[in-house]
Amino acid sequence: MASLKSVTPKGALKDQWTNHKNDINLVNPANKRLIDVIVIGTGLAGSSAAASLAEMGYNVKAFCFQDSPRRAHSIAAQGGINAAKNYQNDGDSTFRLFYDTIKGGDYRSRESNTYRLAEVSANIIDQCVAQGVPFARDYGGLLDNRSFGGVLVSRTFYAKGQTGQQLLLGAYSALSRQIAKGKVTMYNRHEMMDVVTVEGKARGIIARNLITGKLERHGAHAVVLCSGGYGNVFFLSTNAMGSNVSAAWKAHRRGAYFANPCYTQIHPTCIPVSGEHQSKLTLMSESLRNDGRIWVPKKKEDCQAIINKTKKAEDISEEDRDYYLERRYPSFGNLVPRDVASRAAKERCDAGFGVNSTGNAVFLDFASAIERYGNLEANVKNIKNPSPQQIKDMGREVVKSKYGNLFDMYKQITDDDPYFTAMKIYPAVHYTMGGLWVDYNLMTNVEGLYACGEANFSDHGANRLGASALMQGLADGYFVLPYTIGDYLSKDIRTGAIDTTSEAFSQAEQSVKERIEKLINNNGTKSVDHFHKRLGKVMWDKVGMARNEKGLKEAIAEITEIREDFWANVKVPGEVNGFNPELDKAGRVADFLELGELFAKDALDRKESCGGHFREEYQTKEGEALRDDKNYAYVAAWQYNEVPSKAKLHKEELTFKEVELKTRSYK
Amino acid sequence: MAKKYWMAASGLFLCIFLVGHLAGNLQLLLPPNEAKDAFNAYALFMTTFPAVKILSYLTYASILFHAIDGIMLTVKNNAARKEKYAYNKPSANSVWTSRYMGVLGTAILVFLVIHLWAFWAGMHSREIPTYTLADGTVVKDLYSEVYNAFKQLWYVILYVVCMLPLGLHLSHGFTSAFQSLGLNHSKYNSIISFAGIAFSILISIGFAIIPLTIYFKY
Amino acid sequence: MKLTLKIWRQKGPEDKGAIQTYPVDGIDGDMSFLEMMDVLNEQLIEKGEEPVAFDHDCREGICGMCSMYINGRAHGPKRGVTTCQLHMRSFKDGDTIYIEPWRSTAFPVIKDLVVDRSAFDRIIQSGGFVSVNTSGNTIDANATPIEKENADKAFDAATCIGCGACVASCKNASAMLFVSAKVSQLALLPQGDPERKSRALNMVNQMDEEGFGNCTNTGACAVECPKEISLENIARMNREFLKASISKES
Repeated sequence: MASLKSVTPKGALKDQWTNHKNDINLVNPANKRLIDVIVIGTGLAGSSAAASLAEMGYNVKAFCFQDSPRRAHSIAAQGGINAAKNYQNDGDSTFRLFYDTIKGGDYRSRESNTYRLAEVSANIIDQCVAQGVPFARDYGGLLDNRSFGGVLVSRTFYAKGQTGQQLLLGAYSALSRQIAKGKVTMYNRHEMMDVVTVEGKARGIIARNLITGKLERHGAHAVVLCSGGYGNVFFLSTNAMGSNVSAAWKAHRRGAYFANPCYTQIHPTCIPVSGEHQSKLTLMSESLRNDGRIWVPKKKEDCQAIINKTKKAEDISEEDRDYYLERRYPSFGNLVPRDVASRAAKERCDAGFGVNSTGNAVFLDFASAIERYGNLEANVKNIKNPSPQQIKDMGREVVKSKYGNLFDMYKQITDDDPYFTAMKIYPAVHYTMGGLWVDYNLMTNVEGLYACGEANFSDHGANRLGASALMQGLADGYFVLPYTIGDYLSKDIRTGAIDTTSEAFSQAEQSVKERIEKLINNNGTKSVDHFHKRLGKVMWDKVGMARNEKGLKEAIAEITEIREDFWANVKVPGEVNGFNPELDKAGRVADFLELGELFAKDALDRKESCGGHFREEYQTKEGEALRDDKNYAYVAAWQYNEVPSKAKLHKEELTFKEVELKTRSYK
Repeated sequence: MAKKYWMAASGLFLCIFLVGHLAGNLQLLLPPNEAKDAFNAYALFMTTFPAVKILSYLTYASILFHAIDGIMLTVKNNAARKEKYAYNKPSANSVWTSRYMGVLGTAILVFLVIHLWAFWAGMHSREIPTYTLADGTVVKDLYSEVYNAFKQLWYVILYVVCMLPLGLHLSHGFTSAFQSLGLNHSKYNSIISFAGIAFSILISIGFAIIPLTIYFKY
Repeated sequence: MKLTLKIWRQKGPEDKGAIQTYPVDGIDGDMSFLEMMDVLNEQLIEKGEEPVAFDHDCREGICGMCSMYINGRAHGPKRGVTTCQLHMRSFKDGDTIYIEPWRSTAFPVIKDLVVDRSAFDRIIQSGGFVSVNTSGNTIDANATPIEKENADKAFDAATCIGCGACVASCKNASAMLFVSAKVSQLALLPQGDPERKSRALNMVNQMDEEGFGNCTNTGACAVECPKEISLENIARMNREFLKASISKES
């Protein structure tokens, strides 16, 4: 097995990408026509990669499990996309974006990758505007920006609360153009079941047609996984119901190292759990923290009164409110990074100040923003002595224009109107910074197997800043992978079409078939969701926002037990040959049951607190994360083992040339 | 999709025709002695002036075209949903006139056949008494034909009742034609839809009032 | 609450299919419609019956995957929501609820409530894009200012989630609202201008080829659209198509 070579180019950080592009091998246009590439997933990374590769001349096959590439879960990203454009003239630069990202990630990302991300960020905005993405604009017709957590500049471009949708539709349109040209063959409602390796190189996949249930062999000279994150290991998360780890996990089983699985982002502003039947959690964009103030009552009796519905948020007087983020972090206030905000909410709720019946909710209040905007509008419209009602009405209009769709969504779900009463929010699993280990070229340690977007680990360290996921997905897909993949494919111009009748393909197909048959013929008694919910509960309780050694050890034992129970007692109805969503789900949950254990193992192994990974044993007196740079400034890349908690650890040491490792402070 | 434009264009042309037709026929509201002269002179003009001839053929063609095009569209639209809903509630999202344009149109077509048969075929097939205009020209006395027809109760009822589908058809068709031709602007939309309603009411009441007046007043 | 569900069951594309009745109990007003379906499916699995297949993914009203015709209306009785955002508090104890798939010849049923909407993808492939290379060698994003009013209108059109409720609720199963939303978005932006004629012509032709019906301006689509896309877009597309048809050279 190859060791971890990050192939970071030499030279100063700011020259590395340029030098690398100049140095790497290219494939000449005529030869590109002889090369096939498979792309798994059609979110921001997948769609943009497939479109770009096809445009360069490669023959691309793209796969998604949804009924259309446009439905990948990138579509649900709300708040925005960062780019170091400095349009607001507030001192932004490539270096500042890079620095914010490294710092936000608690110094656990690879410096060279993160710098490159900041470097290409500006180009993404140009590209998207050229594609017809309707970003928000000001009255002068120029692009508008807003601010996000963990930064002191306004560099976030947005399209109301639907930025992910607009960017994905942009990438989808570029993909559609290539499909129409015949350069991309699109496979909707197909799931990747295995990666096929020949002589150590990724040479294709086994896919399952989810309508007919038939297994298919697809050969290619390289396989690119853009299959997203694994937040659904928690059962309840803001991920789509179908989001899964299976593609990445199959790659892991075939030798690809899985890096930093324990780095999971718990997003502070989600709609709280309402009951037992909850199937997913809904995010309220971080952009709301621009204008919303987070608080809980200072007195427990007020909390109780709110739970009993004898009082409402607006009945609590100003001096009885604890704006705990503003209190603890005066300089960043409500705009601290996500991990910090989430833990602060948990701290208050654990102390008994939660404001809903589960005790797990805090207020996100727009009353003062409505007032502030109302006064501004009165000035703009030149209204003398406006009545308080007029001010509120005008303020609400402004808030509506900024966050209208989010407020509507909140009202649909909770039946409360946030224009008139404070929102209730609580943290929920949102994004996974960990993923397949990749080098500077985005190639995993399996040759010819690449990972982009949320599926890889590289750019966000232990915590991702808001509006950076969209940036990374598109950076990887449009501007990084299409160049770097040439370096590898240049050696494949004489290989010819991949033979899918080979022994490797037959074996892979056979093992997929056996596994599916095992699931369908199991004749157990419990549904797939039963196991998924049990797994989720263990993960949330013991591997969630705060972790400790005892809990993690218990989690490993419990997950093992659930996994054994699953294979003994799961019941999958229906048939193999045909449309069978329960069968699809069973395969994914089976993989989550392995990943969950590795996740806990990684968290147990990392005896420090950093970013989204918080070990109760390692915290400062004020309850802030306590990093251990001396012993843990490395990427934990795990090599597959049938018993995931016995996986073998490979370390990639992280070296920082341009930034100084400091304790993160947002005070 | 081209069929829709022709549907809209022919529909709007027929709307213009209706205005002209109504304007001419409103002369029938005059007291019989005045109306006889005015209407018969108008009828003479209408049957002899060459441009009117062209216009009338254009109108017949438009009616036929509008009907045939409508049938073709309906056939295609029905084919677009072969399996129907077991439970459907279209009243929640659209007004019924917009959904039953075909039915309303068919009712109008049936009326037109009767109407044309009564006046046009009647005029050509038998001897009609003559009438001498004020300037001495001798013409067919079409006024009396109309007058006699509208003195029959069943005829009046048929005419008045048939103006209902016409009005309803126009109430959707008028604004719809503007939408189909892309003539839509947020500033003028309310004017167009108001004009559509006003037009459909004025046209249907205008036509209905003629037989009623003749039957009850003269 | 207790409900009686009348659900369309169809084993596969070739199967005839029929409405079947299922009682469900213990439904809470805070549950989403799809969570209610989850409860039913858990019950069916327990009884050894096959669960009802339905499309869903994000469950936050943006992916456009969910697609149920509920009590005679696309996405159910509330305006401006998708099925996944419809909550059971919109129903009463003892209600009977009809649940059917989108009905359109261009959207054949795959199984139960799942239909094939790839016709929409093919329409976008026929011209719903700006032919700009993804090289990154484009001009600066702020080099071309766009009038805010047009930018906002383009955004409103672009919020279409491609769910197909417009087709499902149109009496003619017409796809005009979907197609016009994309044509409008790109016609309103300077970036889309160079290809506006060919785009309007090609997308409309593809729409006709897929077997969707014609628009008769009933307005049902805009009422049932979960993103409340305006009929103004249809008028704009009519205009674009007419202009393009008149002025095209070959």
